[in-house]
Amino acid sequence: MVNLTVDGKNISAPKGTMLLEAIRGAGISIPTLCAHEAVSRSGACRLCVVEIKKGNRTRIVTSCLYAAEDGLIVNTKSDRVLNVRRLVMELLLARCPESEVLQKMAKEMSVEAQPRFVADSDKGKCILCRSCVRVCEEVVGVSAIGLFSRGSDKTIGTPYNEKSDVCIGCGACVYVCPTGHIEMTSTGDKRKIWGRTFKMQTCDKCGKFFAPVDQLKFISKKTGVPMSELTVCTECR
Amino acid sequence: MKNNSDTQPQQLKDDLKLNYGPNKKFVAICAGTGCRAYGSLKVKEALEAELKKQNMNVDVIATGCLGFCEKGPMVVIHPDKYFYQSVKVTDVPEIVSKTVAKGEVISRLLYRHPDTKKTMFREEDMPFYKKQLRVVFGSNGMIDPTKIDDYLVINGYQALGKVLSEMTPEGVINEVKKAGLRGRGGGGFHTAVKWEGVRKAHGEPKYVIANGDEGDPGAYMDRSLMEGNPHSIIEGMIIGGYAVGANEGYIYVRNEYPLAVTHLNIAIAAAREAGLLGKNILGTDFSFDIHINKGAGAFVCGESSALFASIEGRAGEPRAKYVHAVEKGLWDKPTVLNNVETWANVPLIINKGADWYSSIGTEGSKGTKIFSLVGKIMNTGLIEVPMGTTLYEIIYDMGGGIPGGRKFKAVQTGGPSGGCIPESLLDIPVDFDKLYEVGSMMGSGGMIVMDDTSCMVDVARYFLAFLKEESCGKCVPCREGIRRMSDILEDICAGKGTEGDINLLETMSQAIADGSLCALGGSAPNPVLSTIKYFREEYEAHIKDHRCPAGVCKALITYSIDPEKCTGCGLCIKVCPTQATSGEKKKAHTIDKDKCTRCGACIESCKFEAINVK
Amino acid sequence: MTKASSIAATTKKIVKKHGGGKSAMIAVLQDIQETFNYLPKEALKAAAQAMKVPFSRVYEAATFYTAFSLKPRGKNIVKICTGTACHVRGASALQDKFERSLCIKPGEMTPDGQFSLETVNCVGACALGPVVVINTEYHGQVTMAKVDKIIDKIKQEGAQ
Repeated sequence: MVNLTVDGKNISAPKGTMLLEAIRGAGISIPTLCAHEAVSRSGACRLCVVEIKKGNRTRIVTSCLYAAEDGLIVNTKSDRVLNVRRLVMELLLARCPESEVLQKMAKEMSVEAQPRFVADSDKGKCILCRSCVRVCEEVVGVSAIGLFSRGSDKTIGTPYNEKSDVCIGCGACVYVCPTGHIEMTSTGDKRKIWGRTFKMQTCDKCGKFFAPVDQLKFISKKTGVPMSELTVCTECR
Repeated sequence: MKNNSDTQPQQLKDDLKLNYGPNKKFVAICAGTGCRAYGSLKVKEALEAELKKQNMNVDVIATGCLGFCEKGPMVVIHPDKYFYQSVKVTDVPEIVSKTVAKGEVISRLLYRHPDTKKTMFREEDMPFYKKQLRVVFGSNGMIDPTKIDDYLVINGYQALGKVLSEMTPEGVINEVKKAGLRGRGGGGFHTAVKWEGVRKAHGEPKYVIANGDEGDPGAYMDRSLMEGNPHSIIEGMIIGGYAVGANEGYIYVRNEYPLAVTHLNIAIAAAREAGLLGKNILGTDFSFDIHINKGAGAFVCGESSALFASIEGRAGEPRAKYVHAVEKGLWDKPTVLNNVETWANVPLIINKGADWYSSIGTEGSKGTKIFSLVGKIMNTGLIEVPMGTTLYEIIYDMGGGIPGGRKFKAVQTGGPSGGCIPESLLDIPVDFDKLYEVGSMMGSGGMIVMDDTSCMVDVARYFLAFLKEESCGKCVPCREGIRRMSDILEDICAGKGTEGDINLLETMSQAIADGSLCALGGSAPNPVLSTIKYFREEYEAHIKDHRCPAGVCKALITYSIDPEKCTGCGLCIKVCPTQATSGEKKKAHTIDKDKCTRCGACIESCKFEAINVK
Repeated sequence: MTKASSIAATTKKIVKKHGGGKSAMIAVLQDIQETFNYLPKEALKAAAQAMKVPFSRVYEAATFYTAFSLKPRGKNIVKICTGTACHVRGASALQDKFERSLCIKPGEMTPDGQFSLETVNCVGACALGPVVVINTEYHGQVTMAKVDKIIDKIKQEGAQ
């Protein structure tokens, strides 16, 4: 266990715990956008920053990636911290003016749009948190989508914006996206995502469409479980 | 070259000494990228042909960069060391028959002091070179970088021989610590502390890497070292590998430096053949080898974790550095990453000792630093000075001051991560800590001099446009913040700035500096903050008065023709892309302000300086 | 052999030459570009297969680094240095002149395939600024007046 001070409060946490968990565990709230339990940490959004003091040195670090240490003094609401969080929200509001999630979050943080930042209209609701890319790489394991170009031209998607041969239509990316940017439509026995149409499998028991055939084939191949045992939806199991 | 693993460098050198005595006659010609662009290779061919024609058995050596880039192609005739500048192919026959054959000096090819008009024979007489201390860079002029023999003759690999036969790894680290070597790439971190960290770290294999990604625009010291003396870097890395327990090294070279890559590859192959790289170096049980990785056009790959990602085959995105590279670097293994110039200092420290090394420089910054002095300066080139030399000495004594009779305005140090230093602070000694104190930094060594025709708001705009393109795009403050700051600066330069913009830039700067994931975003505000600090009135003129005092920002200036100076020659009419200029032959011309785009073509073509900018 | 399968075969050889591993990604892409003057889609797909990495991983590297072009490039590649020293010596006005003379913007190719225009952030020849590198030749102290002459000379040399 390590002992540290957060906003004047003494807390302890198991060694190796990230500050984010340690601080939230103590009942103090920290905003996040790019952290998701299903994937590894990236430190991309910078909302979870805190100010830490170690000896004489003060630093701003992202609590999602900084491990708790003995004797650390943490301030989650210093001027520098609030400044960073406010700028991040202002920038994201300008980037994705249509996102209700961001608007709600900004309101909770008492941040308003900065009129000097001209709102974008070509970024949709994507804040480049990269949770979708990470889940496709780390959990699903096909990397159908990736991060391309750099700087403000950076985008997520399939190579050449073309249909991906390796996408299994599972929708994990849609599930982890914090703003609902990724489009997935279902009509009848078809699901459309990333420009590709997938045929949906019906459940043997209840007859509902529950997963793309390609996804089940993928799981079958990966696990060795025969297809016939996979064609039952989770509710009916 | 014998491939005998028991052959020590001293032995190798002694074998060759017979051919390279101190009074040996040879002609050295600079063949760095800069001088090649001036046509130095053609001059070399002409020299070889002429010497053959006149039946003289004198070697012509294409050396690495000599530093005085303004005056290329440069030819130095040894052993007298007569230094000829701006040499043309047509000068060659005279050079051979007079200077090489008879030791006679050709006045017109010598450097002539612009004020006293005195000619100077040798490097050590010239103001550009006089105050320099070229302990690292000076070797360039003595060797053909593609020949390992040349390097051995100037005591190359002696330091490695000493290290492997007389010193322990800890001993090497202590020597570097005593010398006080600090990183020359910009961070200024104590090299020995880094090496110690890797030595003690857990994890195998360990790596040493030379950062040759020199991305700061205007800085080309590392290029000239990699091209001109590649063995000095290789020797430094082998010694470093021995000290920290690494058997593998990488040199990461910018894609834009093809000659450096070629010379490094030649040097590595030659070192392997000589038993100085590979298994059981010099008969010991220490093995070490080096790979070269090329960059592909990403400034951010000069950042350590982005560099590792690039070597690993990924996009060059940095990662949060809460676990340092010395513990988890390349492939999550303990890694030493040092700049090319830092590595080149290592053999010097071992050969001449830490006491000698630490006697040079200031209390906090030991040794010398190579700078590239460029921009609005008389003597453009690379200089090497002891730490503690003042900016004034560099710009005026060595640089020769500002050309065209113009006035000094500022010097930018530290590249896009650095700041502008105004005239009032030119007495600052060049020193890691002193430069930080004034809001700039040493950086990798680029020094860009600006005069009164440079607009400081445009300079800030330029750097932010650069950083916007080079941002990797991972974190919000850098990707979105720099873009928004860049937009505001573009507005200001276009006359669309608003009251409150300066304050907004300052507020954003603090958040971007604090919130960014890596140093690219972290130091991006520096050019903006330092120009606001020292040249606030220029910003205000742009915003409040819609005026660009330096006459640079196109939207805020007008061109007009002075009827007293104009001779009606019609040149400006020829070159104007929008037909904005008009007039009759031999009568004063005029410019239609509505059509004029301020492209500058007329100013460039006018021989009478008749066009005014307001 | 179709064009696509010939590109794939060449790419496989390139990957093999660099050891077949995914860490050679950048060197592989550089060789592909050296061979085809740009990065064809078929080459990137073949590279992904040969290095056993997802196609998105190859595309990530191909689009991140500005040295790579996903579009075919002209026979003569004009690179204008926009480093600080060259900027201070008027590179921006020079770039405008090139754009006017070639009628293309950076990143584009002339319709006849003769020229591509690019900007590069410092080639390290600052004493000669403003610098323009065309193919492997460095042109120093380039003025607006010299631009058309340089372009014409290259067109003539190409015609021979």
